[in-house]
Amino acid sequence: MEINLEEAFQKRIDDEIKIEPRDWMPEKYRKTLLRQISQHAHSEIVGMLPEGNWITRAPNLRRKVALLAKVQDEAGHGLYLYSAAETLGMSRDEMLNELHIGKAKYSSIFNYPTLTWADMGAIGWLVDGAAIMNQVPLCRASYGPYARAMVRVCKEESFHQRQGYEIMLTLCQGTPEQKAMAQDALNRWWWPSMMMFGPNDDNSPNSAQSTKWKIKRFSNDELRQKFVDVSVPQAEILGITIPDPDLKWNEARGHFDFGVINWDEFNQVVAGNGPCNKQRLKARVDAWEKGAWVREAAVAYAEKREKRNLSKENTNAA
Amino acid sequence: MAEKDLLYNYTLHLADNSMILGQRCGEWCGHGPVLEQDIALTNIALDLIGEARSLYQLAADLKGGSATEDTVAFLRDVLGYKNVLLVEQPNTDWAYTIVRQFFYDVFHFYLHSELIHSTETRLSNIAAKSIKEVTYHLKWSSEWMIRLGDGTDLSRDKMQEAVNGLWEFTGELFMPSKIEQQAFEAGFAPDLNILKPMWQEKVEDILAESTLYIPEREYQQKGGKTGVHSEHMGFILADMQFLQRAYPGANW
Amino acid sequence: MSNKEWPLWEVFIRAKQGLNHKHVGSLHAADVQMAIENARDVYTRRMEGVSIWVVESKNLHANEPSEQDELFDPANDKIYRHPTFYILPEELNHM
Repeated sequence: MEINLEEAFQKRIDDEIKIEPRDWMPEKYRKTLLRQISQHAHSEIVGMLPEGNWITRAPNLRRKVALLAKVQDEAGHGLYLYSAAETLGMSRDEMLNELHIGKAKYSSIFNYPTLTWADMGAIGWLVDGAAIMNQVPLCRASYGPYARAMVRVCKEESFHQRQGYEIMLTLCQGTPEQKAMAQDALNRWWWPSMMMFGPNDDNSPNSAQSTKWKIKRFSNDELRQKFVDVSVPQAEILGITIPDPDLKWNEARGHFDFGVINWDEFNQVVAGNGPCNKQRLKARVDAWEKGAWVREAAVAYAEKREKRNLSKENTNAA
Repeated sequence: MAEKDLLYNYTLHLADNSMILGQRCGEWCGHGPVLEQDIALTNIALDLIGEARSLYQLAADLKGGSATEDTVAFLRDVLGYKNVLLVEQPNTDWAYTIVRQFFYDVFHFYLHSELIHSTETRLSNIAAKSIKEVTYHLKWSSEWMIRLGDGTDLSRDKMQEAVNGLWEFTGELFMPSKIEQQAFEAGFAPDLNILKPMWQEKVEDILAESTLYIPEREYQQKGGKTGVHSEHMGFILADMQFLQRAYPGANW
Repeated sequence: MSNKEWPLWEVFIRAKQGLNHKHVGSLHAADVQMAIENARDVYTRRMEGVSIWVVESKNLHANEPSEQDELFDPANDKIYRHPTFYILPEELNHM
């Protein structure tokens, strides 16, 4: 029986029929999705911190409202994704708890510090650029709620990268100090952005199953290559240099070749040793703990009001 | 004072209030008690800064020359800002943030309800746009006042503490500066004396429903409107103006 | 301190007058008023709506996916319910 269910499930996926929350699904599919979607949601809300850092310091009013709206969108994206994950049977509070106790992961990129205003540009351009590359294929993920959340996310995300690139462009057309600021940000964010696509394909053990389940449509290395190929001309327009001496066009492959990623650094950041891992997690835990009395009081008030309404109805009925 | 200067200075009163409160609300972004409310408060911050921008643009037009919304917003020192002390008070916690917002929203709402009738159409147009936003802010903060005041014992204590802590900054809203007085006499600004009883009544209503009370101490602080701010203001500006000051004249 | 999670709500938005309300997603809120306001703040930031419905998720009832076949397959062969089933002369143009 179990085998037939699994076969039927795989056939639906092969036929590009979406899986919906109440449909039968293998336990491992559910778990894989839950892990991936909740990680993705955590990345959105942790990702608010490095940029939120600059809201009060944005250099002019136009930039300030754009940055606020962008960081707010990330809260929204976290919310959509938590909602999608909740359909798989875990509550948002449980997911947050896993983040807070360090059991759940989030994207390592957000463990790097934002030191200058140019980092707002580099994050929008490179980090959001890499994220979009990862996310667009997820709009066709086999799990309906995830795919729908991603459609919404991608639609809203489209201004984020433009916002970042425009910041870079303005800096690169500005004073020598500003251009140096932009170059420095590219230097610091390039390699971490390259790492966002995850380990090399021959080192990515879960990829095959995720591909079979159509949770994943392209391999890590395919997406990374695509990212490099589109970023090079974008950097040229800015007039700044990607910090990779091995970067060069390979006519035979029709792609840019690029240098070796420092996977040791990647593993260290994943393991919690990045420059800001502790601060990021602490900021989330603090927000949660300081908000506890607020959430609790709101529930208490809602219950009180319901009781009052009920007794009013009873009086009216009598 | 020439009419143009008067309008410029009066506009700064309005703009600085929205700007500084918007800046404070923006500090919450990413740190709210729950995701939905993080988004809600950021919406309010965006409304406030949006209103401030319209007003700073008007101020820049009046000033003429190379003035822009940004030079007006960013290139004054503490003494030049005309916002009330209330809006520069620190976020402290969600209770202080809600109470500060509520006190200001009630004022903002009645002020704009009058300002939409201003003889100065550039002001009345801005007020007409922002009154819809402010109506929503007031609804939002009133509901939070009631929800937390009448929530748990702990939440009531925290809310009462915030009411007590912020009450002394509410009187200044209705103490007209020279500029506000002249603007009223010139016919384009509302009479703050008329707003006060409306504010008082609304605040008393909501506080009663929140099971909170007005503290007994009567003394009211003042100074923000004439540039004599609290110490907080310097730090707000240090953050806000850092890039403009560190790289004078740069484009962003 | 008790740690009760805010209930989950489903959100339906009418994009413009004349259209159906459409399910857009869900959110958490302590009460119905907050749910409507949260829906406004979360789901209509880009002018996506003119009207909001919220329903607490536990009050939404659905059919069992296991009944799929008996509920929906019987409609498959009732092609006479569709206009194309009827053969009319071409010169009639649109009917």
